Amino acid sequence: MAVKVMIPTPLRAYAGKQDSVHLQAGTVGEALSALTGQFAELKRHLFTEDGRLRSFVNVYVNDEDIRYLQKDRTKVKEGDTISIVPSIAGGSKF
Amino acid sequence: MPTKTEIPVAPAQNQPVTTLSKEEILRYSRHLIMPEVGMDGQLKLKNAKVLCIGTGGLGAPLGLYLAAAGVGRIGIVDFDVVDNTNLQRQVLFSNDDVGKPKVAAAAARLRGLNPDITIDAHETQLSSDNALDLFKDYDIIVDGTDNFPTRYLVNDACVLLGKPNVYGSIFRFDGQITIFGYPGGPCYRCLYPEPPPPGLVPSCAEGGVLGVLPGIVGTIQAAETLKLVLGKGDPLVGRLLLFDALGMKFRELKLRKNPECPVCGEHPTVTKLIDYVQFCGIRGEEAPSTVTNIPEITPRELKARLDRGDDLYILDVREPHEYQICNLGGHLIPLGELSRRAAELDSSKEIVAHCRSGKRSADAVDFLRKAGFKKIWNLKGGILAWSDEVDSSVPKY
Repeated sequence: MAVKVMIPTPLRAYAGKQDSVHLQAGTVGEALSALTGQFAELKRHLFTEDGRLRSFVNVYVNDEDIRYLQKDRTKVKEGDTISIVPSIAGGSKF
Repeated sequence: MPTKTEIPVAPAQNQPVTTLSKEEILRYSRHLIMPEVGMDGQLKLKNAKVLCIGTGGLGAPLGLYLAAAGVGRIGIVDFDVVDNTNLQRQVLFSNDDVGKPKVAAAAARLRGLNPDITIDAHETQLSSDNALDLFKDYDIIVDGTDNFPTRYLVNDACVLLGKPNVYGSIFRFDGQITIFGYPGGPCYRCLYPEPPPPGLVPSCAEGGVLGVLPGIVGTIQAAETLKLVLGKGDPLVGRLLLFDALGMKFRELKLRKNPECPVCGEHPTVTKLIDYVQFCGIRGEEAPSTVTNIPEITPRELKARLDRGDDLYILDVREPHEYQICNLGGHLIPLGELSRRAAELDSSKEIVAHCRSGKRSADAVDFLRKAGFKKIWNLKGGILAWSDEVDSSVPKY
């Protein structure tokens, strides 16, 4: 399935400065491995050393959080958008 | 999804106000003629008590619009002093405010805008010791801070007190906005159970921010705050609004309450405020051990060695657009490219790595030492310290 992965601003430096990447994948896990296969430096930003998705990074298929679907086994359909949404803290200097 | 729930109101310090003066009726006439606000709504605003955490980029439009709208009591918390780099986006402040405490300058501006309201100026650093006491007198807390420890502190304090937390956060061109801590709704820890390890996510000071972005995000926080007070419309609860100024796009993601959330879940394990600096600094998956034991050279030592004619190789690990602002004539390899471009460096030479403040170059030195480089130092304090201690003609940014 052709899916689009949205890359958030803080991680674009590790993804060839692109804001989105088009990939072929059947599940969210496959899409993320294809992505980190293409951009090796993204891997340590998305995953812990034992391969778990970092807890300050959430992944959505369209507008649903994969933690409430089947996590990395969540199936994707043709044309789905996968969003990587890390926590950002910017605001007033505090 | 809960909508139009009555939010709990903090105990009134005075009797609720039930009338508006003739001057106030004129001031708020554009509100009063709308049925969604009207006299009832304007009196709700006048009796409302809102606490704004931070008077920076987000706090500026927030404070201005809440004061203009007639929110009767506005608390502002900050401990910082206005500096020149604030003026690009913190529209509460004018040039003459540089050097003044932010809360004092902000309070004066807001009182000037609307003399009929009360501004509580809290010139203090929010902490686990004072947060609950500060928050208890307000109905709504608005989070406009810039760091993870304070974000988690504000969240937990709001959940413990049952107060809504109107959340906004920004980075470069991106904003995230939602309401946490609303009755029945999710909290910040439902969204992000843990903060990123230190150093993995750049701050605004490192990453930059488009000046108008906090204006847009802070204004959305103000709109949500006014709606909460009025009890009108659909509050931004259970929805994370993402704003991309570069693509000029708004997107919305579903945000769910996590039954296993450590603070607002069914069996909470966080039942009082904790040490948030420790929570964000050490509990992360990668302890900041990499920033210790890095060999350093001070700007003055470097200058002395260069003046002696020592053959030092200066490695600049900043980004090309930063190199254009100012540079020390070093060889530019941005930190993000270092792993694949390390072969450009000669490990037999003495290398001094630098960045703006010394943080990124510490990572670079750490990386290169692990890659076998022995004669390498980090320029302590970066180009900022070089400007302070050696050459004041180098601009700071």
